[in-house]
Order: sequence, then C-alpha cells, then structure tokens
Amino acid sequence: MKTVHFKNVYVHSAACSGGPMEKDGLLGSEIDVTFDDIYCGEKTYEMAERRLLASAVEAMLKKRNLKAEDVDCYVGSDLINQLGTAHYFMKHINQSFFGVYAACSASTLSSAVAGMLIEGEFCEKVCAFASSHNATAERQFRYPNEYGIQKPDTTTFTVTGAGAICFSSQKSDIQLISATIGKVIDFGFKNVNDMGSAMAPAAYDTIMTHFKNTSTDFSDYDLVVTGDLSKIGHQVLFDLFNSQNIDTQTKLSDCGLMIYNLETQPVFSGGSGCACSALGTIASIFKKMKEGKYNRVLIAATGALLSPVMIQQKDSIPCVSHCVVYQRCDV
Amino acid sequence: MDINQIEKSVSNSIPPKLKLKNIIMAFVWGGCMGVAGQLVLEGFMSELNLSVQQATAPTLMTFIATAALLTGFGVYDRLGQIAGAGLFIPITGFSNSLTSCALESKSEGLIYGIGSNMFKLAGSVLTYGIVASYVLGLIRLVSGL
Repeated sequence: MKTVHFKNVYVHSAACSGGPMEKDGLLGSEIDVTFDDIYCGEKTYEMAERRLLASAVEAMLKKRNLKAEDVDCYVGSDLINQLGTAHYFMKHINQSFFGVYAACSASTLSSAVAGMLIEGEFCEKVCAFASSHNATAERQFRYPNEYGIQKPDTTTFTVTGAGAICFSSQKSDIQLISATIGKVIDFGFKNVNDMGSAMAPAAYDTIMTHFKNTSTDFSDYDLVVTGDLSKIGHQVLFDLFNSQNIDTQTKLSDCGLMIYNLETQPVFSGGSGCACSALGTIASIFKKMKEGKYNRVLIAATGALLSPVMIQQKDSIPCVSHCVVYQRCDV
Repeated sequence: MDINQIEKSVSNSIPPKLKLKNIIMAFVWGGCMGVAGQLVLEGFMSELNLSVQQATAPTLMTFIATAALLTGFGVYDRLGQIAGAGLFIPITGFSNSLTSCALESKSEGLIYGIGSNMFKLAGSVLTYGIVASYVLGLIRLVSGL
C-alpha cells in the first residue's frame, strides 16, 4: 500500500449540512446548514439527500464567493445505488465529475483523489463531497424505515447530512499533507448489525501502514480519528493497538462518537454513513485546527463494502479504510 | 492481525444482550395485547350482540387497522424497539410489515412501488403458510384423520 505525499494541497473552503438529529447532537451548532425536517422540504428521502448535498456545496462555495463553475472538478460519493445522489446532483453542475464508491469511507477517498488532482497540477480547484441520509440508507441496506423490528444495540445510526471540501494549491490555514489508500480486508465477519467490528481490522491496517510509510506514530498527531467504527469497533481497534504494545496516548477517536449524544439520542452504538466522517472532519476537526487546538490530524474513514445480495447469499463483509492527514499552516 | 484475538476482542466489546429484559418486555406487551384483544372481542360481542366466531373478524380488523395507523404515524417502530416480540409476533406485526413496505415504496407509484413491494417482508409468511397448510392438508387426506 502506497502513501501519497502532497506539498501544494490546501483546504480552500469547507462546509457541511445535517438533519434534525444532527442538529440536536453534539456538533449541532457547528454544522453550516441544518434542517428540522427529515424530508428537508422535499417529497422523497432521495430528494432530501440531494438537498443536503446541494446545501453543503452551496455553503462551501459561498464562503469563498465561488461559483460552481470556478471549481474545475468534483469528486463525490454516497451510499445509494449508482451513486444516485451524486449523479443527480451533478447534472445541475456544468463541470467534470469523478464518482467514487467506498461506502462510508468515501469522504477520505474523495479528498485523497482531489489532492492527487491538485498535486498533479491537473486542476486548480477540486471539490470532494460525500453524503448520506438515514432513511435512504435504511431502506437500501436494512429494513423499511417504519418496520417495527427490534434493532440490536450493536447496530449504528446512519448520519443524515453531507460535507463538501474545496481543495486548491492556494495557501490556506489547513494543508492536506498525505493520504494512504487502503486495501480491501475481509476477516469473515457476517453480522450486518455490527459492522464496526468488521471494519476495525481495515482501519488498523491502513493506520499502521500509514505510520510505517511516513515513519510516524501516535505521538506525531494530535488526533487519530476513524470514521464510523461504533463503540464496539472503536474498542476492537483499541485492543488491536494494545495487543501490539502500541500506545494510543488517548488520541484515538471515532467520528461516529462525536456527532450524537449517545446517552440521550437513540443512535445505538454511534453514527455511521458517508456523512459521518465528513461531518466529523468539517464540523469538528477543521474548526479545532483553525482554533489552534489541533496541529496535525489523521483521519481514517472506514467503509463496510457489503452488498445486501451477497449477505443474503451468506457471504461476509469486505471492508476498507482510507486515511488522509491534515496539518495546520500559518498563513 | 490474529483472527482469534480479534474475535475475542469483539465478543468482549459487545454489550451483554439483555435477554431477560427482552423476554419480560415481550411477555408483558404480548400479554397486554392478549388482554386488549379479549376486551375488544367481548365489546363487539356485547355491543353488537355477536357470537365469538362472528366477533373474531372485527377484533382482528381493529388490531390490524390500529397497527397500520400507528405505523403511518411513525409510532409503531418506536414501540417495536421497546416491546420486541410482544408486538412483532401478534397480527399487529404482520400489519406493520405490510404497511411499512407500502409506505416505503409509495414514492415509486402504485404498481411498481406499493403493488410489487407491499409483500416484500410478509411474502415469506404467506408463502410458507400456504405450503404448510398444503402439507398438513395432504397428511390429513392420506391418514384419513
């Protein structure tokens, strides 16, 4: 696995959007655009997800007075079949589009691809986005939203929201310095109600590879954060580091544990989905980096690449994790 | 990474299943449903002067309609999370499986949406219900019971 190093890639602008549960959550006040209604004023959940994505991209453009055409290329992902949200959104934007699929690890994969396009001087500005909606993901991967089945505590709650980051070579206060594209790992886990455990080995593998390739460890970062491992997967990852005598120095965290109040909100073991790591990155990590609380942060978003058909055929859940490292810059 | 070690870590990290609590909740909710059913049945019998056989159908219809309405109002799934099998096993669970599928596929229209998806979850119950009744009917025919 290769780590890509960037010298000239900066976060030009970033914004995110969220639904009612996210608004009531721990990052509620930090999310740029929030909706009180899970339909976001639209007719269907699919259109609601598109509204969330459009709001995030619009807010991102507005922060730097950009027009949609000022961004040379868009790299995006979501969870709906055929990247439904991304493609139906991009038909309104008259620019090149890279559709990438990496399940819930999409935010870091699209950011890494955007970084490569900037570093290679193929584009001046690239927007990386990712979105997910609780209701569209539930109906595609689980059961109908109103189905009265009892969900186990190990399951996660898909985050309703979207995040968009515009990268450019123009210097700014946050720099993207490196990325490691993960490999697909499958340890034979089959429980779709505990995908955090299935994804933990993938996160471990990518983080360890990144450490090895860059000769770094936990002491070189202010925070090492995974995407949506849930309380359970987070503990499994912690145990994996412990078993190798690696001190995580209380720097290991998970975006799925940052968004909601796990004590009061009915989100089971934490948040998940493409928007989980996107919201964690934009609404929490970037803001804290700008405030000077963090200097260097490693984000390893995690994705369970399951197909409902393969799961019904008794196959296991392949998983992947892609990581990116952001560093604070003095402008 | 050692798979045995990961599996051990997973089983240690998973919160303990509250089996006893789930069993008690299912028993209480299921029991309450039974009591409510009996009250509705007797209500139909006394108010409309019906026999037990005659009152059974409207009683079932009352529960099916109530469950469908609660599903539409977005309440049933929350109750289901608390009651578990207490609401899942009775006929209300069957009603909820039909209504939730219908609601979910409403956006795709009457034919390709509601029509073809309504029995997505309940289809198995019907299919194997028919198969089981056929097999039992055959056994009865052959054995002459």
